[in-house]
Amino acid sequence: MKKIVKYVLLDILRNKILISYTLLLFAITMTMLLLGDNETKVLLSLLNIVLIVLPLVSIIFSTIYYYNSVEFIELLVCQPIRRTSILLSIYAGLTLSLLIAFAIGVGLPLLLMDHSSTAALLVMIGCLLTVIFAALAILGSVRMRDKTRGIGMAILAWFYFSLLYDGLVLFLLFQFSDYPLEKPSIVLGALNPIDLARIMLLLRLDSSAMMGYTGAVFQEFFGSAGGTLLAFGLLLLWTMVPLWAALRRFNHKDL
Amino acid sequence: MERFVSIILSLSLAFGAAARTLTVRPYSSMSSVAGAIRSALAGDTVLVYPGVYYEKGLIVDKPILLKGVSHPVLDGEHRYEVVTIKSNGVTMEGFVIRHSGYSGWNDLAGIRLTAVKHVVIRNNELDDTFFGLYCQNSDSCVLSNNILHSRADSSAQPGNGIHCWHCTAMQILNNTITRHRDGIYFEFVTGSLIRGNKSFYNVRYGLHFMFSHNDRYMANIFDHNEAGVSVMFSHGVDMQDNLFADNQGGGAYGILLKEITDSRVTGSRFQHNTVAIYMEGTTRVRIEKNTFRDNGWAIRIQASCSADTICRNDFFGNTFDVATNGSLVLNNFDRNYWDKYEGYDLNRDGYGDVPYHPVSLYAMVAEKNPAAMLLYHSFMVDLLDRTEKVAPGVTPADLVDHFPAMKPGIINSNP
Repeated sequence: MKKIVKYVLLDILRNKILISYTLLLFAITMTMLLLGDNETKVLLSLLNIVLIVLPLVSIIFSTIYYYNSVEFIELLVCQPIRRTSILLSIYAGLTLSLLIAFAIGVGLPLLLMDHSSTAALLVMIGCLLTVIFAALAILGSVRMRDKTRGIGMAILAWFYFSLLYDGLVLFLLFQFSDYPLEKPSIVLGALNPIDLARIMLLLRLDSSAMMGYTGAVFQEFFGSAGGTLLAFGLLLLWTMVPLWAALRRFNHKDL
Repeated sequence: MERFVSIILSLSLAFGAAARTLTVRPYSSMSSVAGAIRSALAGDTVLVYPGVYYEKGLIVDKPILLKGVSHPVLDGEHRYEVVTIKSNGVTMEGFVIRHSGYSGWNDLAGIRLTAVKHVVIRNNELDDTFFGLYCQNSDSCVLSNNILHSRADSSAQPGNGIHCWHCTAMQILNNTITRHRDGIYFEFVTGSLIRGNKSFYNVRYGLHFMFSHNDRYMANIFDHNEAGVSVMFSHGVDMQDNLFADNQGGGAYGILLKEITDSRVTGSRFQHNTVAIYMEGTTRVRIEKNTFRDNGWAIRIQASCSADTICRNDFFGNTFDVATNGSLVLNNFDRNYWDKYEGYDLNRDGYGDVPYHPVSLYAMVAEKNPAAMLLYHSFMVDLLDRTEKVAPGVTPADLVDHFPAMKPGIINSNP
């Protein structure tokens, strides 16, 4: 298993797209840190990158990588290795390389120039989102045999989580605006990893605005130690469940 | 000015006439403050030396100078009103006043002024009192450099720090007030000055102001109060150079202005408040040369406000600069500096050539549906805001700054 992870990792780290992704992240982060006058604003802009670009790259890149290594996977399946460990190794290699890219691109400049705990939280959330969307990508590609459909699904999934879902939530909030919605909105926020990540960080950054009545409810829930743990637990669940579903499918799949 | 002269005159007259000094010491022939006051004549000085005095409700009914040397303690044993001043021209200074009674029936105070004139209360420390300084029907009194501290954390509900009711020409200067219900409470108080006070961590308002006309408050600091500062049902209130900071929570405002007319808010700083200024039913209020920094909402102005002028203010890093609840706008928003402004200034007169609409679409959405704050800063909301900026449809078209300043105002440029 270790060998496969190592092989996948080295294979991806030499990949031009990943290298340019790293450089892009690094350039954006450095520019913002050097040009931005206000730490909160910089973190807010970086939050936008983390919430939009990171999921997109990790889901598309992982999907394409999986389809490109279908033959390699078939070869591995012929060997006396358990299917579970094959898929997990490929997933581990993928996420590790994406995490390295993120760590160098965003984590390193933030660590050097901004030592706040909010920055640390941003990096942590970025890592979790990378892991989650790679898992979603694996699930999608295992379920779809056709490459085009797989990539289409990946794009759709990203679109859903970063845009459509929020539109639906806004629609729901206005449809049921006669009811007290503070508690349901916590549940709605938790059902989308991107929203959950955003709220967790916003509570740190924009506290005075979020501190309105709704904000106070969020603060009470997510601000407490239990709430933070629960939020991280939910984010981990967002990794585990797709991965588990993918494994189930992969183990019984006729390759 | 007239007040000052009259105070000084009355004091000097008093000293000139009698100039007797009575001293109070524990374990001496004169060991009770009340006893000393009984034998004092108008104009005498009563010097109180260090010790703890249990006076069971001290009443000052003669114009004397009551002076504590090295902070003697007057203790109310949690049962009595500690000091009641019933005479004009009393000066009281240098005492520690503690443990007044708590009552749901009487407003027991640390020091009460009842229907008096020209009383000076200065350099006292009030600790664990129900109400701190309680003034009723009084005129031309000076309350300065006192430190008031209630114990809002104890089980009993605290009263107000400095409570003035039906007073005129009061001067409240350089006091520090914490953990009371309202730091400073004004009801039916006219022509008074509140300057240089610090009011923080009070359980309700830092300053509570009702039916009090033609007053000024300036250079005060109000922070971390549960509900900020509230100014209601008054006209001619002049608010200058105050600092309103960190008043955060569901119902907390830097200033709540309700039914205010012909008043001014100038040179003040608003930082880290949930809502810096909330305006409801105000008329002819000028909000000028203030700095709004890192607030949730800088100004929430209800459609019931009219003929207000909001000009030459600086807005930095607020989540929402202006929010309103309707499309009717009868107020002027010209010549402010907005850090979110993206226009240009071709003729270089210092004001942008493109008008600025400070109300964002999402401010309107959040005003209608507070739960929608859930989606704030998401990709979709940013997109919506951008679209609205290009083609305004929902936001009130009349709420506009025709001459947005390109640079922050000179006065407030230093943070």
